[in-house]
Amino acid sequence: MASDSKEIVGAEPAKLKLYSYWRSSCSQRVRIALNLKGLDYEYETVNLLKDEQFDPEFEKLNPIKYVPSLVDGDVVVGDSLAIILYLEDKYPQHPLLPKDLKKKALNLQVANIVGSSIQPLQNLSILKFIETKFDADEKLKWVQHYIVQKAFSALEKLLKDVPGKYTTGDEVLLADVFLAPQIDAGVARFRIDMTEYPRLARAHAAYSELPAFQAALPERQPDYPT
Amino acid sequence: MAHDSKEIDEPAPAKLKLYNYWRSSCSQRVRIVLNLKGLDYEYKAVNLMKGEHFHPEYEKLNPIHFVPTLVDGDIVVGDSYAVILYLEDKYPQHPLLPKDLKKKALNLQVASIVSSSIQPFHGVPRLSFVEAKFNDDERLKWTQHYLGKGFTALEKLLKDVPGKYATGDEVLLADVFLVPQVHAAITRFGIDMTAYPRLSRAFAALCELPAFQDALPERQPDCPSTA
Repeated sequence: MASDSKEIVGAEPAKLKLYSYWRSSCSQRVRIALNLKGLDYEYETVNLLKDEQFDPEFEKLNPIKYVPSLVDGDVVVGDSLAIILYLEDKYPQHPLLPKDLKKKALNLQVANIVGSSIQPLQNLSILKFIETKFDADEKLKWVQHYIVQKAFSALEKLLKDVPGKYTTGDEVLLADVFLAPQIDAGVARFRIDMTEYPRLARAHAAYSELPAFQAALPERQPDYPT
Repeated sequence: MAHDSKEIDEPAPAKLKLYNYWRSSCSQRVRIVLNLKGLDYEYKAVNLMKGEHFHPEYEKLNPIHFVPTLVDGDIVVGDSYAVILYLEDKYPQHPLLPKDLKKKALNLQVASIVSSSIQPFHGVPRLSFVEAKFNDDERLKWTQHYLGKGFTALEKLLKDVPGKYATGDEVLLADVFLVPQVHAAITRFGIDMTAYPRLSRAFAALCELPAFQDALPERQPDCPSTA
């Protein structure tokens, strides 16, 4: 679980450090993965609203200046998918990718639909750009109609006949790790109506009950504004 | 190597089928991998300009209507990253991910920067929202901005990494993702790659390899003769 780096006194510091922002869905994916694997880590806040991602010290950890970034001893990894696949190798407990190649590929496809076709097109800098150039209404339309609806409808089609409690079956896997923060953000910030996506919604309700997912929520992070 | 499905007279067509488009950089990644691994495949052209990716038959294979999609017997895989990692598992010859975890993570990070932080912004200009509300100039600037940001990050990430190719002296995942992106940047978006010497050096070395040459857009069966 996360320890706010300010609160560690005396004891040996956790080996893993996660540079994260409370609201970043990419950071949330890694927080979920760390929790599922039972890995302690030090939470290093990068305040995106204060432009801390542009600090030269942070840039050394991730030259694209995005969160999250993971430091594991002398290994530094940026990008949530790369981090999670690194964790999969290094800490194989609670594997997030199944051995079955078909199911593994499905999980990777879901993760990449989220990671390449949804999140990047609604990141902070794009939203700021659209809101500045047009207005808040256009920003919402951008996210709802052009990004989320297209991707969520596709995911619903891809997954509707896949049985199971969670996204791709009865185990919590990579697809769940990527979808959870995306759906949370969709509902909380962009008024996405999940009743249009029943297969996604059902899985979401199930994994959201798990402690690993709850502890990773934005509002539970040390840098959540009180 | 690819066989245009119309030209096969011999029995037993290739088991692998790749639904793809000549100009799609995501498709090009997979073509490179199939070539590196020495895997024959049937080339199934999906003409994006004619909207063939929206045909119901294609949607059954890939509900998000993207190329590429790989069919391997009864297994259907969409998304180039997922396809490539599937090929890594199923056909381990010429592995694209090293055993060293640090180097493996670096390759995965490069691949992700390309697939999440650069390439998605090519498709953006064609989204109807952007077409309606931005002019040609603005759309190009938008794409160039993200290409520049991504290449700047990759250059920083790799500048002190020695080797002939992106992450060393072997051709790995990072190279597979980098080459189609740089090719598109140069040929379609007017990017000056001299600003990125480490990337340029790797790109030049990779472009000499047959596996990369055979995967080029202009060498594909569905490349228009006027291109």
